[in-house]
Amino acid sequence: MMTRQASRLTLFLLLAPAILWLGLLIVLPHVEILVLSFSERVAPRVYAFGLGNYLEFFTEPLYWRTFARTAFMSILVTALTLVLAFPIALYIARVAQGRVKAILLLLCLLPFWVSELVRTLGWMMLLRETGVVSYALRAVGLADQPVELLYNDGAVILGLVYGGLLFMIVPLANALESLEPAVVEAGFDLGGSRWTVLRRIVIPHAMPGIVAGSIIVFMLTVGNFATPVLLGGKNGLWFTEQIYAQFITRFNWPQGAAFGMLLLLLSSAIVWLGLRLTGQSLGSTLKQA
Amino acid sequence: MADSTHPANDLDIVGVTKRFGGHAAVDDVTFGVAPGEFFSILGPSGCGKTTLMRMIAGFEHPTSGDIRIRGQSMIGVPANRRPVNMVFQSLALFPMMSVGENVAYGLVCRGMPREDAQARAERMLERVGLKGFGGRRVTALSGGQRQRVAIARCLVLEPTLVLLDEPLGALDLKLREHMKIELKQLQSTFNTTFVYITHDQSEALVMSDRIAVMNQGQFEQVGSPRELYHSPATPFVASFVGETNRLQGEIVSSSDGTVALQLPSGTVTRGTGRAPQKAAVAFVRPESIALAPSQPALRDLPNRFEGRVSAVLFDGANSSLLIDTLGFDQPVRAVLPQAGPLAGIEVGAPIHVGWAADAMKVFSA
Amino acid sequence: MLTKRASLKLATALAALMVVGSAQAAEKLRLLTWADYVPKDVMDQFTKETGIEVEVTLSNNEEMISKLRATQGAGFDLVQPSQDRIAGPQAEFGIYKPLDLSKLKSDQFIASMLEATKKNTTVEGKVYGVPHIWGTDGLIVNTKAAPKVADYNDLCDQALAGKTSFRAKRPALIAFAFANGMDPFASYNDPKAYTAMMEKVGAKLAECKKSVKFFWDGKDQLLNALRSGEVVAAMAWDTGGWKLNSENSDIKFIAPKSGALGWVDTFAIPAKGRNDDAAYKWINFNMKPEVAAKVAASAGNFTASNGADKLMQGKLKDQFAESFPKAAIDNIKWYPAVPAGIEEIEGKILDRLKAGS
Repeated sequence: MMTRQASRLTLFLLLAPAILWLGLLIVLPHVEILVLSFSERVAPRVYAFGLGNYLEFFTEPLYWRTFARTAFMSILVTALTLVLAFPIALYIARVAQGRVKAILLLLCLLPFWVSELVRTLGWMMLLRETGVVSYALRAVGLADQPVELLYNDGAVILGLVYGGLLFMIVPLANALESLEPAVVEAGFDLGGSRWTVLRRIVIPHAMPGIVAGSIIVFMLTVGNFATPVLLGGKNGLWFTEQIYAQFITRFNWPQGAAFGMLLLLLSSAIVWLGLRLTGQSLGSTLKQA
Repeated sequence: MADSTHPANDLDIVGVTKRFGGHAAVDDVTFGVAPGEFFSILGPSGCGKTTLMRMIAGFEHPTSGDIRIRGQSMIGVPANRRPVNMVFQSLALFPMMSVGENVAYGLVCRGMPREDAQARAERMLERVGLKGFGGRRVTALSGGQRQRVAIARCLVLEPTLVLLDEPLGALDLKLREHMKIELKQLQSTFNTTFVYITHDQSEALVMSDRIAVMNQGQFEQVGSPRELYHSPATPFVASFVGETNRLQGEIVSSSDGTVALQLPSGTVTRGTGRAPQKAAVAFVRPESIALAPSQPALRDLPNRFEGRVSAVLFDGANSSLLIDTLGFDQPVRAVLPQAGPLAGIEVGAPIHVGWAADAMKVFSA
Repeated sequence: MLTKRASLKLATALAALMVVGSAQAAEKLRLLTWADYVPKDVMDQFTKETGIEVEVTLSNNEEMISKLRATQGAGFDLVQPSQDRIAGPQAEFGIYKPLDLSKLKSDQFIASMLEATKKNTTVEGKVYGVPHIWGTDGLIVNTKAAPKVADYNDLCDQALAGKTSFRAKRPALIAFAFANGMDPFASYNDPKAYTAMMEKVGAKLAECKKSVKFFWDGKDQLLNALRSGEVVAAMAWDTGGWKLNSENSDIKFIAPKSGALGWVDTFAIPAKGRNDDAAYKWINFNMKPEVAAKVAASAGNFTASNGADKLMQGKLKDQFAESFPKAAIDNIKWYPAVPAGIEEIEGKILDRLKAGS
């Protein structure tokens, strides 16, 4: 009896830092944001409980359209990242050996040694009208005057895909690495074409990695701020910019809090839907990630 | 050796060589496999047998030589277009598919509608004793059942040739013994040509119609299990196939195929064989050695020696004795018949051993 | 499980630790201000004279208010919002503390500017801000590439499509309201009328957007684009225009026909500032003509310090004279205090402007 209690206490003490960490840094702020999101301004320094901030999101087309646009572009970014990352991950997991593999992974990691802001500024230097790409296009004669490649949705997608690539490659390479080479050979041996083997063996095997990578990339993208702000055009408002605007330029914290909660809920709902559609469970996916 | 370009053969390997850098993993190998034959390639690991099999399957490409199936050259034909299917050492079942989908996979690849393929797969599963297993996950099967799925997956495609890469390696002993018999039965029921790769001589001996013994990229001997066992062509075959006692010495005289071999201790033994050089090795099977409590019982044998039992290796019908014998460096191993008068012999007991001249094969060292 | 008492002890211990941590440091003034308002030599001189270290955090109006709001006025000892952004946020959030004017040497200020600022920053009879640096919003124009630009509306000229810029913030709304014959300041206290007016301005800007390359956000971003010629005309601060003018005389700061917008950045003390003495010392020190002249030169703007203009270099004066003929000075539209709720109306218009495509 005593020993069981003692071991329980030990377990609790061991877990205490983690619980405190989670509680103080994740749960508590969210609870506060949640409470804040239900307060409505009545008069200066007077607030009342209400659902107005949430209603505002659904009744003002500007806000839900911005969210829909953000979600749609994030899904697009996730899909593009997946398509780009898959061959790279396949190469890292199945072809590259030893040093080459380490170097390739390092190359994927390299851009993350500088901050997201610097990376984005790098893209701006490349894409701006007086930038490297524009200059190169003119030099080879593909354009006869400076080309503006910045400040449009394409630039935003480019920047976001670039930022998400690593987070897709790692879980994918992980998943693909565990695929026994003989299983792939058996796929060919029994008459499967490359496409059949990819579709029926490699992709189903990598599914947990695909889902894990997609969730990470989607969440990172939907919650990104700097990339869409800096690369995006005068037309592209990201939902996080709305939250920023509410908190910082409009001083409307309750509205910003409501938007924050809605971002959390709606993006979680999209992830849940994605899991349902692909028939994956969160548990197996987390194992992979 | 079968005629290497016989048109009626299912498989012809003609002068195939595979080099990795400067090393020849397979070195100018030629052989043929007749329809319905159970053909084994037996050799130690690293002898090149796996490379040879992967070339037949289409995963490796020969540096030179030709691989023909039913007379058709397979050079340049990719693995998925060859009428050859393989049972992998790890079995390589598709874990993302059910048992039925595993078996139907090849049929679907050929363009058969899924429902027809499923029906065919069900029938095939029934024939290998897995009726009603179609919907199960492959991870939910026992070792023997997985084995049968792997074979069914190949057989359902009615290939000219089934390649088996040590598929029994992962099974425990009892199941392995059982599966040896089952594989042989399956092969004869379906009457499909099997090429079986193994390093386990007992698997090869039990199942095969013919065996090729492979060493360092080359075939040492091709023949029936009986031929390999009783008339090994090379010292390697003699020592690799079956248990044997190995003697080393110099030839002191030879006439009419009978040679006298002098051991380093000066003891002279007599055997059969052709040995042009002086230095020679000789092999005597444990079951060829006669045991007797006294010398006179062995007086008809040209080789008679006196010794003392150093160990009794009891293994039921396979029991044997190790005998420290005067004039021999190594103890002599002899089968101990459990039905005979010596069944109860103890360590340290004096004993006489002897063998006929044609039970001892002599080769140039 | 920690008992309540134990956790209380823990919290007390942590709090004590923090207090000890800060008490050990030298006396410090935590200043929240704009870029270029604190040149290094001015800071060093202040530390030398008073022994007080100055810890500078750079920001802009909105972030200053948000930061103070998050802490209910703690974290800084002195802040420098624009004069029109004091009364509203103070009424709404109570983030400033009233100034003790007796601690300030009022003769160091240009009297008319001090009076105007005091009036604009008064809430319930108490004064919350005094002026420091002032300047204007107008047009920076590359006169060679866009010789015709004379007013805000010219930024929407199709001939300049993809080569103009402004900030998607409230000054743009105000400026375009004036440029299109409206007076937004007159409707400041009539939310309904103001909303209607802003809707109109929003529509005008949405149309204008076709000509805009980007809505600028950081000053350097805009100046770089103007330097490289990617942008040839923009609504921006005078200081940036004069800076570019010294590099390339084709680029000029122009007071728009409908009037430049005049702003005054102030000194205000946050509600939970911990070192008011140091704050007053810093204000008095900064308003000395010789110090104010240095700061003004660093910021490229003008100062509210009485007599500093005599000490300023000729270049800036000449540039000012070129940009602001007498009539243009009279036409400067000074921001009145922003009443609470106005930013809510403007915010939605701006969100729509940025989101709509």
